[in-house]
Amino acid sequence: MEENTILVKENLSDVVVKFVIYKPLVAASAKAGQFVILRGREGGERVPVTLVDWDKEKGTITIIIQAIGKSTSMFNSFKQGEKFLNIAGPLGTPVEIKNYGTVAVVGGGVGIAEVYPIARAFKEAGNRVIAVLGARTKSLLILEDEMKALCDKTVSTTDDGSYGMKGMVTDAIQKLHDEGEKINAGFIIGPIPMMKFTSRLMDKLGMEPHASLNPIMLDGTGMCGCCRVTVEGKVRFACVDGPMFPSKTIDFDELIRRTSEYRPQEAESLKLYEKDHVCKCGLH
Amino acid sequence: MPNPSAPRHNGKQLDPEVRKHNFEEVAQIFTKEEAMAEADRCLHCKNAHCQANCPVGVQIPDFIALLKEGKVGEAASKIMETSLLPAICGRVCPQEKHCEGNCILKDRFGSVNIGMLERYTADTARKEGLLKAPKTAAPTGKKVACIGSGPSSIAAAAELARAGHEVTVFEALHAFGGVLRYGIPSFRLPREVIDHEIETVKSMGVKFVTDVLIGATEKVADLLKQFDAVYVGSGAGLPTMTGIPGENAVGVYSANEFLTRVNLMQAYKFPETDTPIQVGKHVAVLGGGNSAMDAARCAMRLGPDSVTIAYRRSAAEMPARAAEVEHAKEEGVQFEYLVTPKEVLMDDKGRVTGLKCTRNQLGEPDERGRRRPVEIPGSEFVMPVDTIIVAIGQKPNPIIAKTTPELKTTERGVLALDEEGKTTLPGVYAGGDIIRGGATVLLAMKDGIEAARRINAYLKEGK
Repeated sequence: MEENTILVKENLSDVVVKFVIYKPLVAASAKAGQFVILRGREGGERVPVTLVDWDKEKGTITIIIQAIGKSTSMFNSFKQGEKFLNIAGPLGTPVEIKNYGTVAVVGGGVGIAEVYPIARAFKEAGNRVIAVLGARTKSLLILEDEMKALCDKTVSTTDDGSYGMKGMVTDAIQKLHDEGEKINAGFIIGPIPMMKFTSRLMDKLGMEPHASLNPIMLDGTGMCGCCRVTVEGKVRFACVDGPMFPSKTIDFDELIRRTSEYRPQEAESLKLYEKDHVCKCGLH
Repeated sequence: MPNPSAPRHNGKQLDPEVRKHNFEEVAQIFTKEEAMAEADRCLHCKNAHCQANCPVGVQIPDFIALLKEGKVGEAASKIMETSLLPAICGRVCPQEKHCEGNCILKDRFGSVNIGMLERYTADTARKEGLLKAPKTAAPTGKKVACIGSGPSSIAAAAELARAGHEVTVFEALHAFGGVLRYGIPSFRLPREVIDHEIETVKSMGVKFVTDVLIGATEKVADLLKQFDAVYVGSGAGLPTMTGIPGENAVGVYSANEFLTRVNLMQAYKFPETDTPIQVGKHVAVLGGGNSAMDAARCAMRLGPDSVTIAYRRSAAEMPARAAEVEHAKEEGVQFEYLVTPKEVLMDDKGRVTGLKCTRNQLGEPDERGRRRPVEIPGSEFVMPVDTIIVAIGQKPNPIIAKTTPELKTTERGVLALDEEGKTTLPGVYAGGDIIRGGATVLLAMKDGIEAARRINAYLKEGK
């Protein structure tokens, strides 16, 4: 078996794909909260993706990718049996796993998959784990069954009310609090505004929030400093110091600005890719 | 008879007006006539100062003599007895500090252009199929891991392979060469030159592996279970930032990020390649070293209206190679000397709108003998720039030290070595920027070669 080969491809929604990939060295040392950097082709960019699962014995890793721009769209067009060009990892500092008492894992969109291994690690460490899952609409709410099987309590929300509680994860957390649920720490992965407001609320409710940051990265080894974020007034590199940080003092607005830096180029690149894609397969 | 008084040949260079719009190599290879005429200037001194001052001891008079006899393949082999990367050294070594700086002709007629002759020899031998990798000794059955694939590790790997060991090079990125690949631009060092030199080392049996970050994918302890010795040549992959307010504004790059986007990711070809880069109309580069020159010259090629190097001392103290400064000037890079950046100004969207600076005068010399910049009170001014590249130095990447508790570091964060060049972990050797902090390609290669010889002795004697 060749490294980087896709063993299983599963479409979780129109734009969300789960891959199980043969990558023994990464599977052997991966820990909750770490990520890999993927490249799909020569000339391709380096894309950081959180590890969702790994199997030491089989030598496999699992990742879930939402098609947003060119590279993620290209990844999601890969078929079973094909290979990613490069996979490097596991990168980043693992989440510190200890017994807090009750831990809430909060996932938004694809962040649900990314927070899953953290939920599992906290569960194994003896915590009571509550999952708070949020998605725009029912079809984008992934991994709910797995979370339910793992966690002591699972609350799902959708923005449009098509499934579970109508509203945001913050509404669900407030409700848990109002019902007397005592949460000691929170671990949040999702879109930046969601992480910002969830961190604020959890801090206000005394829940010690942490958020997994997703700035633009290049090498992912601490070499370039592209991913610098401000935490507790200090500049940190998300690729090596994080990606999970205590989040009550993260400068989320700066993160939003810095992750938007290449929006026009990203749009241009996707447009060219889609045009090319139509020409080649004639299906879209 | 040698002809030392003939004028030194400097070779041709691409027209600045043309080259500032492309990434083609600036310095053109010698023609055969130029090479022969320049080789003819060498006096073949018996106790050659050039050779004595070469960090890796290249047998300079001998290779030039072979070149003069038309034996270009043998000349290349002569260089490669001590330096496996002649095409790279011929291009990026600061010859004016080493060989050429000590040529006996330097003051009277101008030094022999050893750098260009080395490059001519390597390139021509390669082109004519005469470049041969050195012979390797009979297999010793010993295995050695080299961490990183920059100049230090490649030099160590080649030297270890020559001694008959089985060598594997582990690279964290997707392409080999380390700083040669991500740091040095193609207009100084074409990508295929790096590829060729690595092919030579591969042909000696060295195995190269990408996408393995030692300290993360595997630890040094894991390597010690699989290998008889380990060489750490992981480089200075940690950027120094200024720490001034506003440094996280959109439009502020570290030199490492900027150069990596351009050189490793080839962002200048976007959207043909997928990694973008953005320079605005006016670019400021902070610093005065070779990275600052490289960043400024790369920025220039991305088409802004102006690129300005802001350096806190004067031209005389600037650490960059004179030739690089000259090339930058020819390409239109401007220089602001004696300024210290104080604050990055930004608009309400967090984008850079200017750089607040103060002017300096020179004070007393510091511990390295360079005169210290002293701020002039009330001299504050704003440079109207929208892109800032911070190129004020680097520190060693801490990832290996952090994940290998037995490896001690000094207060500067570099790996601590004893007098014999050993780290504090038996079987583990180190060299290049991980022990120096931030030096040159040549010194990194020298460390790699010397450490390889120590590893050879260690593997032979088992101590």
